[in-house]
Amino acid sequence: MANFYTDNPDLKHHLSHPLMQKIVELKERNFADADKFDYAPQNFEDAMDSYQKVLEVVGEICGGKIAENAEGVDAQGPHVENGRVVYADGTQENLDLCRKAGLMGMSMPRRFGGLNFPITPYIMAADIVSRADTGFENLWGLQDCAETIYEFADEEQKERYIPRVCQGETMSMDLTEPDAGSDLQSVMLKATEQPDGTWRLNGVKRFITNGDSDIHLVLARSEDGTKDGRGLSMFIYDKRDGGVDVRRIENKMGIKGSPTCELTYKNAKAELCGSRRLGLIKYVMALMNGARLGIAAQSVGVSERAYREALDYARDRKQFGKAIIEFPAVYEMLAVMKAKLDASRALLYETARFVDIYKAYDDIAKERTLTPEERKEAKAFSRKADACTPLVKGMGSEYCNQNAYDAIQIHGGSGFMKDYACERVYRDARITSIYEGTTQLQVVAAIRHVTTGTYLSLIREYEAQPVKESLKGIHDILVGLTEKFEKAVQTVTEAKNQEYLDFMARRLVEMAGNIIMAYLLLGHAEANESFTKSCEVYTKLAQSEVDKHCDFIANFSPAQIDCYKA
Amino acid sequence: MSLNIIVLAKQVPDTRNVGKDAMKEDGTINRAALPAIFNPEDLNALEQALRLKDANPGSTVTVLTMGLPRASEVIREAMFRGADGGVVLTDRVLGGADTLATSYSLAQAVKKMGNYDVILGGRQAIDGDTAQVGPQIAEKLGLPQVTYAEEILELKDGHIVVKRRLENGVETVKAPLPCVVTVNGSAAECRPRNAKRIQKYKYAASSTEQTKLDDARKALIAARPYLNIPEWSAAFVEADPEQIGMPGSPTKVKAIENVVFTAKECRRLDGSDEQLEDLVKELIANHTIG
Repeated sequence: MANFYTDNPDLKHHLSHPLMQKIVELKERNFADADKFDYAPQNFEDAMDSYQKVLEVVGEICGGKIAENAEGVDAQGPHVENGRVVYADGTQENLDLCRKAGLMGMSMPRRFGGLNFPITPYIMAADIVSRADTGFENLWGLQDCAETIYEFADEEQKERYIPRVCQGETMSMDLTEPDAGSDLQSVMLKATEQPDGTWRLNGVKRFITNGDSDIHLVLARSEDGTKDGRGLSMFIYDKRDGGVDVRRIENKMGIKGSPTCELTYKNAKAELCGSRRLGLIKYVMALMNGARLGIAAQSVGVSERAYREALDYARDRKQFGKAIIEFPAVYEMLAVMKAKLDASRALLYETARFVDIYKAYDDIAKERTLTPEERKEAKAFSRKADACTPLVKGMGSEYCNQNAYDAIQIHGGSGFMKDYACERVYRDARITSIYEGTTQLQVVAAIRHVTTGTYLSLIREYEAQPVKESLKGIHDILVGLTEKFEKAVQTVTEAKNQEYLDFMARRLVEMAGNIIMAYLLLGHAEANESFTKSCEVYTKLAQSEVDKHCDFIANFSPAQIDCYKA
Repeated sequence: MSLNIIVLAKQVPDTRNVGKDAMKEDGTINRAALPAIFNPEDLNALEQALRLKDANPGSTVTVLTMGLPRASEVIREAMFRGADGGVVLTDRVLGGADTLATSYSLAQAVKKMGNYDVILGGRQAIDGDTAQVGPQIAEKLGLPQVTYAEEILELKDGHIVVKRRLENGVETVKAPLPCVVTVNGSAAECRPRNAKRIQKYKYAASSTEQTKLDDARKALIAARPYLNIPEWSAAFVEADPEQIGMPGSPTKVKAIENVVFTAKECRRLDGSDEQLEDLVKELIANHTIG
């Protein structure tokens, strides 16, 4: 049986990034837990060794049972019985395995029973789980919601709920409603305060992943008569209290093992999480950023799977007397798949490290006042994380769809049949560019980092890194692409026309993404020769993409926008 | 009720993934080419032990293994999955043991441990495939034995009820405690290694391993006794030198040949003494045995 961690040396390379030293020291508060918990690390090397050993377990379970179960889970799917979700047999088995292996609550502090892992190794586990069974990553990855409880709930709530998550109880985030999808300000689920301080929830939620979870985070309207986001608060609903039933499970195209539920709330008892009115404007925004990084990891896992399925097939399949991988049309496709995979993975872990540093500072700030330098650093990393999260979610999910498409193409007619995994991978991939904000919404979140220069300053940081002689050519190309990007940004912003900017936003954001990912691969190629080919191929891709977008912008007049309107 | 459970485990070459380098020219196993693993059915036995521990809080699961000092890897692996600790029975004079000498040596170690309620082990190891060691230990300790166990159905009031997986179905038997149970590969798979336990026990080391550690690690093990994996010698378990290792092993390997099976025959007997005797005579006559 394969081990999905050890069979992929790129993961260890990303985990061993120099910034991890700082991340671990911040997260472990100079190893203050070492004497309090028998499983806490003594020092940096010890912590890194533990991450690897735990990821080996993740890789073993995923390469074994979870990957084996994926086909059966896809065929069987979950169903509803008396308002409760019954998972597919394989899903239940996967969950039990993850619980026994202690892979729940991975990033939660030890005092609540968690592993206190930084986001980076946790996201790596998500990458691995998704390669095995993309739909299962949703259920397992919803442990992320505990982060919201940890950040915003009161101490007593944390003590009651977080240990349950660490022991394996599942979570859900109940946000979407029939009339509130991308526009969450329109959420209508009604929350009414009781004399005893608890609340009652009434209404309907739709498209809720794992909607019959043990612990729900619910966005509801607590301020009667309001209509916008400022009237919404966050609540915790405990399934043990009852009052929420599953009306139906959606019949989806992919990730069929993950139950997507319609929920009815009938006077369901709930408690407020954090402060009133901050539900959407603060907590959901934080929750979403974490969830988007999770979907980016899921996308990278899908890309990995798609690439491997395609590579294996292309090596095996013989036509015209040789393996099809020997034909330029096929090996080019595979090289581009690998380059997209490597580029999105590089951005994924770069973003995860940014998140790790600012979150560790946020957490330390609860214990003591940060020094001015620390505050400055935290702010800088928070800004980088904010800029990179929509970029990696948006482009990573588009890349995984492209890779899933090409994986089928390489399989030819066989790929269109149910006999090969690539057909499932293709269906599973499709949702990644839709949920937790469509790619179009990621562009909305990212464009301000184009106009305010966050991406450009990040690019300048990468540009300043020294490279060896053999990589200088690529570096020069990227410097040239950056000039073109700057010029395109100038052209679009100088027009002072919001619709024109919105129209060109995706092109500008993608250019920034292309250049950033190419620089990241350049850095990895500098440190590890195995990334050189991907770096070359991705730079070629970035070059053609940037040129294409610049051409489009240079030859476009804002007046032509009208031609695009139906 | 808290129980003292002993699990017998063996580190074996992974004969399930045999490549072209698996055998040497002389037909013996090339151990260097095969990774050393936890014998698969011993993992099934460990799972049964851990289920007994789950059902009987306060119980302890101790793993006993005989082999080279590096067999401590098996003990650590078991700790990662839920065992409380273990012992490596290791000594040069134990080398070259056949199943008789092995079971004697292990039985001596079990006696040294003392105070046990159940002894569990895998049905057989994948390197030898004899299935003799478990039953022989039971004989040497004068204990009842249940072989081919698939599931422990009940343990209470001084007895154990076990479901056995046999050729033509299942059989449920009851045995008094203490007893030896050997577990079949069809039993529940062992639980995975646990993230917290890995972090807690990863520095567990045997006496031999500890000699190579730096002072910081030695101090850590001294402060946390559960990280010490004891190594026992033949003398420590009071084993008779004549009954262990080469001197204690009547099995002598005369020659090893590569055999390619050309025919697959199966004959069913009704189990009468007469038929068995005829078969043995026939097998001796055609030199299959003897």
